[in-house]
Parts: sequence; C-alpha cells; structure tokens
Amino acid sequence: MLLKRIIPCLDVNEGRVVKGVQYVDHVDAGDPVEVARLYDAQEADEITFLDITASHEGRRILLDVVARTAESVFMPLTVGGGVRSLEDVRNLLNAGADKVSVMTAAVTDPDLVADATARIGSANLVLAIDARAVSDDGGVLVPSERGAAAEPPAGAALAPLVPGESRWEVCTHGGRQPTGIDAVAWAVAMAEAGAGEILLTSMDRDGTRVGYDLPMLRAVCDAVPIPVIASGGGGSAEDMAAALDDGAEGGHAQAALAASIFHFKQTTVGEVKRRLLELGIPVRPPSDAAA
Amino acid sequence: MPTAPPVIAVVDYGFGNVRSVAKALARSGLAPEVVGDPAAVRRADGVVLPGVGNFADAAASLREKGLDDAVREALSAGRPYLGLCLGLQLLFEDSDEHGQTPGWGILPGVVRRFPARDAAGAPLRVPHIGWNQVRFRGDHPMLSGLPEEDCYYFVHAYRAVPARDDLVVGVADYGGELAAAVARERVFAVQFHPEKSQMSGKRLLDAYAGWVEQCR
Repeated sequence: MLLKRIIPCLDVNEGRVVKGVQYVDHVDAGDPVEVARLYDAQEADEITFLDITASHEGRRILLDVVARTAESVFMPLTVGGGVRSLEDVRNLLNAGADKVSVMTAAVTDPDLVADATARIGSANLVLAIDARAVSDDGGVLVPSERGAAAEPPAGAALAPLVPGESRWEVCTHGGRQPTGIDAVAWAVAMAEAGAGEILLTSMDRDGTRVGYDLPMLRAVCDAVPIPVIASGGGGSAEDMAAALDDGAEGGHAQAALAASIFHFKQTTVGEVKRRLLELGIPVRPPSDAAA
Repeated sequence: MPTAPPVIAVVDYGFGNVRSVAKALARSGLAPEVVGDPAAVRRADGVVLPGVGNFADAAASLREKGLDDAVREALSAGRPYLGLCLGLQLLFEDSDEHGQTPGWGILPGVVRRFPARDAAGAPLRVPHIGWNQVRFRGDHPMLSGLPEEDCYYFVHAYRAVPARDDLVVGVADYGGELAAAVARERVFAVQFHPEKSQMSGKRLLDAYAGWVEQCR
C-alpha cells in the first residue's frame, strides 16, 4: 500500500539555510546540502527546499545547491519559492529537483500550470497554496483588496460567507497579500489544469506548532483527486497523525511537512515515524539505522 | 589484478536527472558514463535508461538522437538493461499520454493513465506519489540479490499494463495490482526510482551491479 509521508522543509536564502536552525555536532546548519544529508540519514520520505531569495543572482546559487544536493543524497527533493516560468521549472528539474512547486506565478499566470504540465507531465509539478481562514463575523464577506491576480479565475472567487460555513482565502507574498480566491475552488481548478500535488499551508498556523488546520485540510483533500501535503502548525507526531488520519476528524492528507520541530532537535524523523506507527498511521518504518 | 568496474551508459536525452542516477550507480560499484551519443551506448557493458516527464516527447527525443536504435542494439548484444520510470514505459507498445504514441514494443502491453477509481470504486488519487511496498516474484537473476519485499519511491500518473503476467516480477498495490517491476531476459525495468529510494534503492542497484558482472 501507499504509505503516508513525513517531509522536513528548509527555508533557503542565497544558498544558505535561514532561521536559527540547530543541529547536532559537525553539521553545518547553514548548508542545505549538509542538512539534507542529516534528514537522509533520518530516513525522511522527501525533503523540501523553499527558496526565499529575492535577487536574480541568488537563483543561480539555488540551482547549484539543488545540483549538489541531488548528487549527495538519494532521496526525493522538492524545490519551490520564486518559480515564475516554465523555464524556471525546467532549470530546477534539470538541476536535480524531483518536483517543483509554484505558487504566486500560478495566480498571476493562470495558464502556467497547464502549460508546464503539458510539457513535463503532471507528476512533478506541485501547486503550493498559502491560505487563511476567512473570519465569520455573521456578516457578508467583504472581498479583500485584490492582490496579484487581476480577477480570481472563473468559479474560484470567494463566495459570501454563510454563517456556520468555513472558507479559506488564498494569499501570496508570504501570506501578506490576499487574493480574493477561495482555496478549495483554487485547488480544484489547478488539479484540473494538471497540477500533480498540492502543498497546502495554513498561514494562520504557520510557525505556531499548535497543530495543522484540520478543517481546511479536510476540505481541500476531499475536493481534489490528487495528493495533498499538510503544512503549517505541525508541532508534534500527534499533530502529524491528525493531519494524516483518514477518519472523520482527521485531515485526510497524504503527507505532512514540518520545519521547526526537526530543526530545533525537538525530535527526529525516525522518532516521529515510530510514534506514528504506534498511532496506527501507515508510514515507512524507520530502519534500525535511522536516527 | 582487480578488473575495472563495468561501464554503464546512463542515457541522457534531456528527460530527467541523469546525474543522481549516475551517482547512485557509482555508489553500487559501477562505472557510470552519462552519454548522449549512440556510439557510447553501444560500447557500454550495461545500459540504464532513466527518465521523467512526457512519454511522447521522450520517445521523440530518443529517436531524433538515434539513441533508440543504439539501445536496441545493446539489447540484441545481450547487455543488461535497467529502465527507470519512463525507461520502463518506453519498452511497451504504446502510451496514450497526450495522444497515442508508439513505444519500442520490446515488451507486449501498453502504458495508460491510472483510472480515477480503484477496483472497489473508491476514488484514486493520481499521480501515485510516495513510498510503496513492492513484492518481487519469479526467478529473474536480478532478484537473487533482493529481499522478497522492499519499499521504493514512486512519482507517476501513467503506468504499464503488461499483456503477459509472467513479465511482471515486482508488484505494488495502488488502485489494484501495479506492475512495479518487469523483466525478460536481459531487460529489467522498474516504475519507481531506486536513485531516490535511499537504502532500498541501493540494494536494487547493488543487485543490478551483480547481474551486470554475471553477464560479462
């Protein structure tokens, strides 16, 4: 059977890992390649690099980091952040990324996902969605000021809130820019356009370690026919188990991504997986050698 | 005097990450050469055809570069072939990814998209992405070096549907029985990515190295 995945994520800037990441001895915590090696030894199921580099120069540095990583570890690597065009996607795949994720560019250029997947196939293109819950104050939803998108794509605009219903709005630019796009409708539209997987981040939960946004996850997972990676808020193995649980209260996700709980030595991928197996979540069992 | 390690042509035709495949083969004691010209494919002791992406474009690129004929010649000469992902799919008769495209027809069967529902009628998420268990069967020489069951990394929306069951030497479960590994004589191919499958991937490439050595 297909197993659920645990995915550590690194933020990378100008070729270096950002955030005060702490690691055990002799790991250069700033070098993405070293950190990828560490997670490879822990038998992570995939690793994700999120590039936050703004400069053009930095993009070339990233390609080098991706190439060195692909030559150093024998595990799947997803790269996202600042991917603007089909050419960017191709360059990253050729450098050694196994999957490439797009976010803002998919909003600003609605044809990008369809064009890219027609060329490279859908399996290697991930659509990243950053979303926030829209507050239900009992009134009519006031559409937020439009962000990068001129108009939300047909059928994906946020509908007025019905009391008791939840909605989530797609954001860009690190969650600062609301778009007026409904996250569930957007996920459905992009899956139809050919996206192979969705990386769904709750901007309300990101960095909080209080658990994933399960209602949002469930709404997206149940609406799309492609795999979904849960992101934002994962603070423990129990949180991941909830996100991956296929039951009525679970998140129904196929993979759980987390950053800080692994980076700060709070736990290892091996420890998390052993706990998930105890909790009845089917993950790839860590070998005796896994940290 | 120790003999030099077998030279393996890793066919580079612009589809997929040949470097990580070459690195993984070197880790298993082989001497990989990333090659794009037919002569180099004909010279090698073994041929590895990786590949991700679109079947039609990949088939066209191999033909344009004359690499498909070179691979066939290497096969006729009995060089052990290892196909990875598209390198498995291209062996079959045709694929319907972006219109009907002929494959090499070395193995009988076709390549089709996963159905939207599994055998029991439940929705099936496509692509098939992640680690899945593969059970090996049959008596191909590659299998002597492998455990009966191991976990590998898959990422694909299309899969081979072999016309004959005896070609299938590794089975995974995804919406029904999935041909994860197929083989006949000097052809062995897998739908998953050993170069991305950590230690289980290394075990498979070690088995390939052993088989190449036997065939020399």
